[in-house]
Amino acid sequence: MAIRVLNPGALTTVQDFGRTGYQALGMPCSGVMDTRAYQAANDLVGNEHGEAVLEFTLFGGVYQFEGDAILALTGADMVPLLDGAACPMNRPFPVKKGQTLMAGTALSGCRSYLALSGGIDVPIVLGSRSTNLKCAIGGFEGRTLKTGDLLPVGISSVIYEEIADRSAPSYTYPEDLTVRVIGGPQEDLFSDEGLKTFYTNAYTVSQESDRMGCRLTGSAIESRHGTDIVSDAIVFGSIQVTPAGQPIILLADRQTTGGYAKIATVCTADLPALAQVRPGYTVRFQKITVEAAQEQL
Amino acid sequence: MKATTETVRILPAGDRALAAEFGDKIDPAINDRVHALAARIQEASIPGITELVPTFRSLLVVYEPSILKFDELKSIILRLAQLPQSSRTGTGRVLKIPCCYGSHFGPDLPDLERYTGIDRDEIIAIHSGTEYRVYMLGFLPGFVYLGGLDERIAMPRLSTPRVKIPKGAVGIGGNQTGVYPLESPGGWRLIGSTPLDFYNPEREEPVLCRAGDTIRFYPINSSDYYDIRRMQTRGEWPLEI
Repeated sequence: MAIRVLNPGALTTVQDFGRTGYQALGMPCSGVMDTRAYQAANDLVGNEHGEAVLEFTLFGGVYQFEGDAILALTGADMVPLLDGAACPMNRPFPVKKGQTLMAGTALSGCRSYLALSGGIDVPIVLGSRSTNLKCAIGGFEGRTLKTGDLLPVGISSVIYEEIADRSAPSYTYPEDLTVRVIGGPQEDLFSDEGLKTFYTNAYTVSQESDRMGCRLTGSAIESRHGTDIVSDAIVFGSIQVTPAGQPIILLADRQTTGGYAKIATVCTADLPALAQVRPGYTVRFQKITVEAAQEQL
Repeated sequence: MKATTETVRILPAGDRALAAEFGDKIDPAINDRVHALAARIQEASIPGITELVPTFRSLLVVYEPSILKFDELKSIILRLAQLPQSSRTGTGRVLKIPCCYGSHFGPDLPDLERYTGIDRDEIIAIHSGTEYRVYMLGFLPGFVYLGGLDERIAMPRLSTPRVKIPKGAVGIGGNQTGVYPLESPGGWRLIGSTPLDFYNPEREEPVLCRAGDTIRFYPINSSDYYDIRRMQTRGEWPLEI
């Protein structure tokens, strides 16, 4: 079984949970942006081993199935059509050999996930099937999908009738998102005024945002002595502040280390919603304690 | 053995990681403490810790909050960080890195001669006569942040970075020297090239150097360069340690 790419959409990559364990060597994690939608997609089609999926960005594309399959779509609703007829979000459904799936433009949010029983069966590189565009490894030939690509799908023993009643919640993705954050690790490099600015203003997602980072523009955040630091490690959700006082939230394709001060870190529980913001949306920050954040996990 | 009394700061880096920070400077003694703590955490094999990322002056500890909460881990780390430190620095490994200096392997060497007023042979002697500490890896897989460049051969980065720098290029950027592990954009002055793969995702150990290693360059000519590349492809190149 395989999927033929008839139109790759705006930016489609093969992803899984990411390439963890190699950050000390400078290897970025990559992996899906919205882990909640990713896990739901795999659960819906009966995948239990962190199988690889397709991550669509803003516009999904057109895909033809070279064999029978079971699939599910989660995340942003791209109004999917199977051979021109509406097919569901957040539920598994079977497709027959020769059928064509079209995923259009996201109604709200930014990213959708297409999971198939058996998963996208590309080679595992350093423990993961995730595409790392910068290093050109993992996924399908280390790149975004192109028209004509033929993606192998893994063998699965899942029977549609046994999973047909599964469903996952659908989410709406607000254009004015508030995310909860934990202060630091370099909070003390910012002035009281700078922290007040950061926590009271809305920041707009810029066009330059990508899988590496969500670049925000808004009121400049004042630091005590500039925001250059001796480079240290960064995590999914670290909020760096540039010398111009603008925040950048580091995401799945982030580099492992960075040289800008990090004012705060987004809570794990709010990263899936953050992964769905698109240029023009606004983001606000609400501070909570690390203990409070860990209670939600 | 020496006792360490300097304080370590434990700072949350979100709800799944914390940073153990030993200072805010690039300093060999601070970096030693980072690597010493990483080694102790590894030896202790603490359930719930999933990844360690050592950097110049802090250690990122990634953990699973369903197994270990912030406060518990904080006290474990504080205890481990206060233990007496062995006098051994880093990993103890010294890696010898062949480097073909000048010509098309190092197109910026003439600029470096002009800027520093030191001739090419002397630059090569200085660059290859120094032991460099691998403080950390980052930026790209296998990219080493090295300390110890002789300030006589330091030179600012290019004002406009190159779009494409070949894999293996050895450069100087400000008071740092390093090796590009894969083709990438960059602004360092290129003085030579190593035939060794600092990063090869197909290899069992994808990255050549580890944080805490010491590396030393030695000059080779272009035929050595191609010989070593061929031997490496066949898996026959013995890395001298």
